[in-house]
Amino acid sequence: MARYDRAITVFSPDGHLFQVEYALEAVRKGNAAVGVRGTDTIVLGVEKKSTAKLQDSRTVRKIVNLDDHIALACAGLKADARVLINRARIECQSHRLTVEDPVTVEYITRYIAGLQQKYTQSGGVRPFGLSTLIVGFDPYTGVPSLYQTDPSGTFSAWKANATGRNSNSMREFLEKNYKETSGQETVKLAIRALLEVVESGGKNIEIAVMTREHGLRQLDEAEIDAIVAEIEAEKAAAEAAKKAPPKDT
Amino acid sequence: MECVFGLVGDGFALVVADSSAVHSILVHKSNEDKIMVLDSHKLLGASGEGGDRAQFTEYIQKNVALYQFRNGIPLTTAAAANFTRGELATALRKNPYAVNILLAGYDKDIGPSLYYIDYIASLHKIEKGAFGYGSYFSLAMMDRHYHSGMTVEEAVDLVDKCIMEIRSRLVVAPPNFVIKIVDKDGAREYAWRESIKDTTGAPTS
Repeated sequence: MARYDRAITVFSPDGHLFQVEYALEAVRKGNAAVGVRGTDTIVLGVEKKSTAKLQDSRTVRKIVNLDDHIALACAGLKADARVLINRARIECQSHRLTVEDPVTVEYITRYIAGLQQKYTQSGGVRPFGLSTLIVGFDPYTGVPSLYQTDPSGTFSAWKANATGRNSNSMREFLEKNYKETSGQETVKLAIRALLEVVESGGKNIEIAVMTREHGLRQLDEAEIDAIVAEIEAEKAAAEAAKKAPPKDT
Repeated sequence: MECVFGLVGDGFALVVADSSAVHSILVHKSNEDKIMVLDSHKLLGASGEGGDRAQFTEYIQKNVALYQFRNGIPLTTAAAANFTRGELATALRKNPYAVNILLAGYDKDIGPSLYYIDYIASLHKIEKGAFGYGSYFSLAMMDRHYHSGMTVEEAVDLVDKCIMEIRSRLVVAPPNFVIKIVDKDGAREYAWRESIKDTTGAPTS
């Protein structure tokens, strides 16, 4: 099999594109990222690996704005992310310039996915080693959307999804616990999913909330800690209720 | 016959432009907005070739927005002015844009500023300036009555004096003007000065 992962353009005899699969491995090693779509709120969360003491954490932004109404979080190679995000930002403005309309979430997702696919079918280049979670509101209907792309260039819409490290556990949790939420409930659901795989605490999680009126807002550590405390309290209450059986049987 | 002029006051800058869209001897519309709100705290008043004006100013606006997304902070007025001048200069010896620009902005630590950028990419930082045939009259009025640190009322009064001069002395004076202001609270439309309202709706038969 070693012969079939040299140049990306080569299929292996059993139909694999090994470079793309290796790129997906790189994604699996990246930090955990989760996205949840509510009725009026969309939440993105990423795991923050412990920052070095001397590092200025403000320069390490993992959830970014592509336009006023679109945001992106990713898992995988951060340098590749920078390049992809730059291209997407240019495309957002270019679209506004040519058709005088802001992009829809689906359009920019399709663009990013198209870019990722191009690099799986060109000579001498390797695929982008990242999967993205793209969220936003439709500029005219106000409908919220969440999309995911991966290194192969496929994309699809989701109600909630996770990518990166331990994404399977997070996705399982979301499948079990997802329901239509709004506002703070959506934020809590996203944090609860992240807490399944990440050490709890505001220091290890970065959360950004997008609403139609206020765009993207990064929550600060204190806010996250407060919500985490709420979640822990709810969990403890649920445990206590389970342990104490009902008096009348 | 396009008139654009502007001035800097105490903590604000005003840009005034006529609002006629003209082609040869025909006035297409008299409520054309030629002062673009570049971002939250910048105004770009442009006069010149119709297509070039819209094309160039929109291009500058989208690039200013892109800078903000890329870097997380907006461009300063000086930086935006220099970028605009650079784009005009690059196009100059290939495909020049026939657009004259007054760029006004407010920066938190610098205050209000006004930049004069003409179609051959000269750049000047100024307190008051004007383009077009109207400039013969508005510059003269401003030279006479302008002083630094004017209040909004004084400045708008001066603007009205300039508009009066243009209306009475310029042979094909534009009928309507728009006044926009930029200060610490942002860039916004201040007022219209209309002497001909665009009639809309079918005449009753």
